[in-house]
Amino acid sequence: MKNKHIIAIVGFLIGVYALVPILIGVSGRTDFYYTLTSVALLSIASAGVWLTFYIGRINIGQGAYALAGGYVSAILMTQYGMSFWATLPLAGLFCVVLAILIGLPILRLRGVYFAMVTLVLTEVMRLAALAVPITQGAKGITSIPLPGELSVFGITVIPDFSTLANPKIGFYWMAVTMMVIAYAVLWRIVNSRLGHLCRSLQQNEELASSIGVNTAYLRVVAYSISSFLGGIAGASFIAISQSIYPSSFQVADSVNFMLNCFLGGLGYVFGPMLGTLMIYFGWDLLFTTGEYQMLIYASLLIALMLALPNGVLSLLDKKKA
Amino acid sequence: METILEIKNVTKRFGGLTAVNDVSFSVKAGEILSVIGPNGAGKSTLFKLISSFLSTTSGEVRLSGERINNLAPHAVARKGVVRTFQETTIFRSMTVRENIIVSHHLRSNASLLGFFLGTRAARIDETVFGESADAIIDFLGIQAIRNELASTLPQGHLRALGMAIGLATNPKVLLLDEPFAGMNHDETMHMVDLVRRLRDERGVTVLLVEHDMPAVMKISDRIVVLNFGEKIAEGTPQEIQNNNNVIEAYLGSEDAAIGM
Repeated sequence: MKNKHIIAIVGFLIGVYALVPILIGVSGRTDFYYTLTSVALLSIASAGVWLTFYIGRINIGQGAYALAGGYVSAILMTQYGMSFWATLPLAGLFCVVLAILIGLPILRLRGVYFAMVTLVLTEVMRLAALAVPITQGAKGITSIPLPGELSVFGITVIPDFSTLANPKIGFYWMAVTMMVIAYAVLWRIVNSRLGHLCRSLQQNEELASSIGVNTAYLRVVAYSISSFLGGIAGASFIAISQSIYPSSFQVADSVNFMLNCFLGGLGYVFGPMLGTLMIYFGWDLLFTTGEYQMLIYASLLIALMLALPNGVLSLLDKKKA
Repeated sequence: METILEIKNVTKRFGGLTAVNDVSFSVKAGEILSVIGPNGAGKSTLFKLISSFLSTTSGEVRLSGERINNLAPHAVARKGVVRTFQETTIFRSMTVRENIIVSHHLRSNASLLGFFLGTRAARIDETVFGESADAIIDFLGIQAIRNELASTLPQGHLRALGMAIGLATNPKVLLLDEPFAGMNHDETMHMVDLVRRLRDERGVTVLLVEHDMPAVMKISDRIVVLNFGEKIAEGTPQEIQNNNNVIEAYLGSEDAAIGM
């Protein structure tokens, strides 16, 4: 069992760090770098949504944190001249503070009530971005510089992206590395006692508090981690597009983050990653169907959810049984 | 015997309805005390007040002299007063052993971050919890269902699991909510025996709410009777069976109801 895990992890790492670049190099389809970078970043935000599912809350508000994180990074870079690498954790931490303030009151809600409030949250964040002077309203913030050099004790860890022949490759490495770290952390959370407590919350909050679990505290902790992931994903995105607008992350994005989790499987740590990949590529592949794209896409989603209500990864379980 | 739990003039009003009205009694360390009464007498409300799932309108609940009402439920559990639920309240998608292990939460020395990082304290906790869970499984005699998923268990086993969850928290006082409901005679007798052993072997003080009069009469050291939110009697099973107020409260079915 343990060996199988190690083989799977090593295989995955070889896949994303070696196989993908080689295949892209051979086929010459460098545009795939951008696609896979997006998938990696979206799957980080989805991982956060998945964690809130894990404590029994349907979170349709991740877009709000992605937007907030994006703006924090953009403002710190353009107005305070900070390095992208410094703004990245700050964007995440800003979202943590925001998540605590918002989470404390709304995490008392359950089921559809919580879902509705989070849905509104994305729209509130968009309107706030339109209204607040520092975000420059509908004009947005543009010409955000590419990530600069990151050096520790004079040793260059990450080169200046503007000196790279193809910055897209740099972003790919950055996004994939962040994804690997985010999912390693998520996996560790789920498989430690923290995860068991989250599951106890998901299955029976009353019983959890009667065995002494501080449910309010744990909910806020999980939601903060979730929002942190949303924030750094948003910040990374705007570094690629070098611009941010109030419409950069919308309700539709929030819904997609949730769908990624559903499709991949709520019971599996790597469900959101697979779900993001499938939804992103599924949508792109259907591009050739023109005006029927949405129809086919939606029908396929519904069919998949009916056939595999526990997500695509539940196929693995069936094979075992 | 010293008093461990003291209920002092506890009142709970929901709007205009007084569910529990000025109820006082005390529970001695190591005794089994039952709270009985007709439907709607306020028994369950009283349990929720003691475990802080509801806040009191007035009055106090004290554990060894320390006030514990109007706290958060987890804080009351932390102090050693733990409520178990009726059989539907378990962690459904965990195995029996996982249910019991997770319920050891109160005994953990490591922090959440410690568990995340897998520190020494966390690893020790996990080992201790596993061993303790196995001991509880042996104590309750449910070895056969150790690795069964809780959602697949029949009612009798669920009840045992509920008790195991309560035990895992290492309580001073265990509040049992209708532990015998829906059980046949043999199952009830087995459960009565189990609750006794809980007290005798693990030193747990037991407070229970129950409808099954023969079982209550058999198991209880003392009984408190509620009717319309007020305490109408308190005493040994013998005294309660001969109490006129109690007989009146159960009027019409007195013989069957009090198990004479």
